[in-house]
Amino acid sequence: MSGVRVLVGTRKGAFVLTSDGKREKWDVSGPHFAGWEIYHLKGSPADAGRLYASQCSGWFGQVIQRSDDGGVTWEPVGNEFSYQGEPGTHQWYDGTPHPWEFARVWHLEPSLDDPDTVYAGVEDAGLFRSTDGGRHWQELPGLRGHKSGPSWQPGAGGMCLHTIILDPSRPGRIFAAISAAGAFRSDDAGETWRPVNRGLRSEGIPDSDAEVGHCVHNLAMHPSRPSVLYMQKHWDVMRSDDAGESWREVSGDLPTDFGFPIDVHAHEPETVYVVPITSDSHHFPPEGRLRVYRSRTGGDEWEPLTNGLPQEHCYVNVLRDAMAVDSLDSCGIYFGTTGGQVYASADSGDSWEPIVRDLPAVLSVEVQTLSGLGR
Amino acid sequence: MIRVALPAHLRTLARVDGEVTLDVAGQATQCSVLDALEARYPMLCGTIRDQQTRKRRAFIRFFACEQDLSHEQPDAPLPEAVVAGAEPYLIVGAMAGG
Repeated sequence: MSGVRVLVGTRKGAFVLTSDGKREKWDVSGPHFAGWEIYHLKGSPADAGRLYASQCSGWFGQVIQRSDDGGVTWEPVGNEFSYQGEPGTHQWYDGTPHPWEFARVWHLEPSLDDPDTVYAGVEDAGLFRSTDGGRHWQELPGLRGHKSGPSWQPGAGGMCLHTIILDPSRPGRIFAAISAAGAFRSDDAGETWRPVNRGLRSEGIPDSDAEVGHCVHNLAMHPSRPSVLYMQKHWDVMRSDDAGESWREVSGDLPTDFGFPIDVHAHEPETVYVVPITSDSHHFPPEGRLRVYRSRTGGDEWEPLTNGLPQEHCYVNVLRDAMAVDSLDSCGIYFGTTGGQVYASADSGDSWEPIVRDLPAVLSVEVQTLSGLGR
Repeated sequence: MIRVALPAHLRTLARVDGEVTLDVAGQATQCSVLDALEARYPMLCGTIRDQQTRKRRAFIRFFACEQDLSHEQPDAPLPEAVVAGAEPYLIVGAMAGG
C-alpha cells in the first residue's frame, strides 16, 4: 500500500500530514515543536523513517531535530554551526563590510544514499555537512570562501543559502543558491565552487549580468535529466540545459515572472510549476487569484491551474521551499501559503483541495512517497 | 542544591517538568550553574548562551531574588538564597512579541 507523508514547516511548529495513495483523506499530526519556527524539514531518500528538521527561535537560537520513525518521535541533535577559520566579511545592506554571523538553518538536504549524511544551508550564507546523523556539523568553506564572497549582499530575507540540489547521476556535483549572490556549482563534493549565473539579468544590481549578485529564489531539477535546471529568480523564470553553464529566460506568457518556488513533475521532466506573485513589493497573487502555472513544454508556454484554488480576495504568498511533488503514478503537487493553507493536487495540478486551512504561516513543504508500511 | 527555572520552550526541549535541581561543585556562579545545566541537558547548549563565546543570547535574561543578574559577571558568586536553594535561579525569555 503506497502513501505520502507531507512535511510542513511553519512559523509556529511542524506538521506531518499523511494519506494513502488516493490522497483523499488525511491524518494531521502536530504541532511538533510548538511555538518555534520550523524553516524546513525533509526526509532521507535512503531511509523514509529518517527526518531532519530545522527548529529556531529569536530567543533560543538554532536546534536541529532528527526523527528515526517518520516523525512520530524526535531527538535534538547537534546545533553548533561554526564557520571554518576567520569568518571574514560580506557586504551589509548599506554596502559596508559585515562579519559573517550564523543566524539559522534555512534548508536541510539529506544525502541521496546515506541517511546519516545531510547538508545544511544557513544564513549568513554557508554550507555545512554532517556525516553522523546531525550530531556534528562541518562547514564546506570553499563556497563561502569563493573570491566573490566579500561582495555578496543579503536579500530582504537575509543572506541565506536556501537551495541545495544533489545530482543523482554525478556523485560530487552539488548546486546551491544564495539570496542575493546567485547559483553556484561544485563538481568535487563541495570542496570548490564556481558561480553559474551566465544569462541571468537583474535590474537591481549595478551590472545587470554580473557573475554574482543575483537574487535567485529557487532551483529545481528532474532526477532523470540532471543537466536541465529550472530557476525562479527574483524576477524571471529561467532554464539551463547545461547544468547551469548558461541560462535562458522561459517566463513566456506568465502574468508576472516574480515568484518564489519552482518544481518539476515527478514523471515529466518538461512539466514545470511556478506560483506567480504580483511583484517584489506586492507579495500576493495578481488580482487576488491564487493560480499555479504549469508549463508542459519546459517553460515559455504556461497554463493557469485554478480548479479548487481561491479566485477572489486571496492575498497570501507561497515561499521558496513551500512546494513539492510526490512520485506516485499520478503525480501529486503540494504547496503551502503564508495564510496557513496546504493545498494538494493528486492529478498533476488539474484540481486542488486544501489538506488544512488554518496552520500558522507555512515556510516549507516537502513530500515523501511511501511504499509498504511507509515507515 | 541549586534550583533552576527554565522558560517553557526550554523545559519542552529538555523534557523536564517544573524546576531543575543541580549540584554545582565549588563556588556557585552563573557560569558554573549554566555549565552544570548544559552538562545534564546537552540539548540546551546554544539555546541560552553562545556555544563559542559563552555569552548570554540577546533575548535571554537571568533573574534571582528579584534582581536582574543578566549583566553581572558570569563568575560572580550567586546570591546566598540561590546557593542555599531557598530561591530559584530564573532563566527567562525576554518579553517580546511573536
